[in-house]
Amino acid sequence: MSAREAILGALRQRLDRDADDGAGAKAVAERLSAHGRNPIPQRGQLDRAGRIGLFEDYAAEADATVARVAAAGDVPAAVADFLKRHNLPANLVRAPDADLDAIPWDSQPTLTLEARKAEEPDAVSVTAAFGGVAETGTLVLVSGGDNPTMLNFLPENHIVVLWADRISGDYEAQWAALRERYGEGALPRTVTLVTGPSRSADIEQTIQLGAHGPRRLHIVIVDERA
Amino acid sequence: MTELSPARFNEQAAAALKDAPLQRALGNMRVGFIEKRRKAAEKLPEFEALRDAGVAIKTHTLAHLDLYLEAWEQKVVDGGGRVHWARDAEEGRRIVLDICRAASARTVTKGKSMIGEEMHLNPFLEAHGIEPVETDLGEYIIQLRRETPSHIIAPAIHVNKEQVADAFREHHTGLPPDRALDEGPDLLAEARTQLRDRFIAADVGITGANFLVAETGSSIIVTNEGNGDLTQTLPRVHIVLASLEKIVPTLEDATTLMRLLARSATGQEMSVYTTVSTGPRREGDPDGPAEYHVILLDNGRSDLYGTEFQEVFRCIRCGACLNHCPVYGAIGGHAYGTVYPGPIGKVLSPALMGIDAAGKLPNASSFCGRCEEVCPMRIPLPKLMRHWREEEFGRKLSPAAVRRGLGLWAWAVRRPALYRFGARFAIAGMAFLGRRRGHLKALPLAGGWTAHRNLPAPQGGTFHDLWRRRKSNRRRDRR
Repeated sequence: MSAREAILGALRQRLDRDADDGAGAKAVAERLSAHGRNPIPQRGQLDRAGRIGLFEDYAAEADATVARVAAAGDVPAAVADFLKRHNLPANLVRAPDADLDAIPWDSQPTLTLEARKAEEPDAVSVTAAFGGVAETGTLVLVSGGDNPTMLNFLPENHIVVLWADRISGDYEAQWAALRERYGEGALPRTVTLVTGPSRSADIEQTIQLGAHGPRRLHIVIVDERA
Repeated sequence: MTELSPARFNEQAAAALKDAPLQRALGNMRVGFIEKRRKAAEKLPEFEALRDAGVAIKTHTLAHLDLYLEAWEQKVVDGGGRVHWARDAEEGRRIVLDICRAASARTVTKGKSMIGEEMHLNPFLEAHGIEPVETDLGEYIIQLRRETPSHIIAPAIHVNKEQVADAFREHHTGLPPDRALDEGPDLLAEARTQLRDRFIAADVGITGANFLVAETGSSIIVTNEGNGDLTQTLPRVHIVLASLEKIVPTLEDATTLMRLLARSATGQEMSVYTTVSTGPRREGDPDGPAEYHVILLDNGRSDLYGTEFQEVFRCIRCGACLNHCPVYGAIGGHAYGTVYPGPIGKVLSPALMGIDAAGKLPNASSFCGRCEEVCPMRIPLPKLMRHWREEEFGRKLSPAAVRRGLGLWAWAVRRPALYRFGARFAIAGMAFLGRRRGHLKALPLAGGWTAHRNLPAPQGGTFHDLWRRRKSNRRRDRR
């Protein structure tokens, strides 16, 4: 007998599956297709301005920095500001994402950007978020040809461009948006929820930023789409 | 280092109490975790409702476990991944080795995995010429020190920073002797540099799973460091180690448990990285593993289904029961001698190892009940420990003195007049002996107890007397 048959057989015997007449299978199929909601914290259930404000507060509490700009055209200046503030190099690696392609990077002549996946020793990356969750100031990042995963982890400084209309009150709204984009029961290879920069408290319970992932996480929220 | 064992719990606990560096390290924990969890729970008005919802999700899932596992497996396979079922640790280790050999792997990076600990995977891989490299900072430190984790979420909680510096100086060849390693940031930077090369060179990446999602065939890992993502993305092969009870039906269900996990564990609103992984690299993906394997470990779990111990499978491994346990706070994790320490370990270990091997653990509790109070999944840990004590007593595994003592007590308690007389006599005697100081410094047959603290002298008569008085007072109050 295979391990699979042995384990499932033992479970079925304990659960008396043969006697349930398909009721269990029906309950499972229903739950999987309904993906009903459990209690959702009230605190994210706000209007657009409230959601953006709450997102900013919680992202800052998690040690991310946030800049808010009116339009895509203002993103390069916000990025240049961040680099200057931390004395970082002006050559960046960015995700080959269509929304990032549309940003007028030339408006900041000091910036040089390469659209590719991350490699050592890239210092600063720019990626685009799928969405944001106000409830905890959390970014939703998805993998794919337009957003290679390692851009989110390898460089010490990670800049994320987030469109304000993608900030929801709760995670559930993001799952619904993902189902709409990728189909029922389907997801991109990775969906990463990011709340602040990397950290560890493994040495004497003292929190230090920049454990293996980015030491700095800078979020640029863009109010209006071009 | 002698091998730790639950059979030597008493000796190990006694040694831990005298271990000054360990006691200093435990001092850091006792304040931090408890306060942070309390604040996080208070800040979310729905916290108790979420706990109830979490219990309901797990109860439903466990009642349909076979069906959810099948549904999840089908999704994994459809997405190009592979599922390997393993009855026990040995079978699990073999599967990992086969996958590593097929990938011609020489080094393997590892994210934190308690299932990996349960499988005793590292020594096995080493014995077969494959080098495992732990990448969670705490796990990396204890791997260098040739130790096991002493806490579910803070594996190196027993280590002080001087000891970390010593471990780095011993193992990091080429480290200049004048390099400062005095403070946390120095140590973190050194570990980051060392491990960065290992991440990139690894042939296989092994992670655990906090949850498996049936709806999408995904595995979810939660980390603060980002080591899990580097581990699972850079090598050509990703292996996920999971156990049967990690499964949840939908993304919404996983979300509810995520809302409880970080708050209960570290008091964070959310851990830094929560990654939902579904299958291997897709067409057009510039990075990610070419192979995605999940090893699904049973290791005694299916035997517990349908028994009174099934409730333990709601556990989401947050570690809150450890953080709030006065016994864990006094002796740390190693004294237990098991993979899972603390209250959850006292219930899980006898199940995984047998009550004859781990019987001492469910007895190491004052039943104060704090573990159950803070458990986000409301697992009745004291009740389950009591079940194990009953089983141990029933199978005559308890020490002879305990059995004789309980036998004597049982004999007396069935003779109420005698019992009352005996209790009154004993109490009067103790009150007389302790009349001056208000406490007793020594007591016959209880030298082990009074060696470490004084026993307050009894006041106000026996329990029976107090009970009767209380009842008659109540009756009078009602009148």
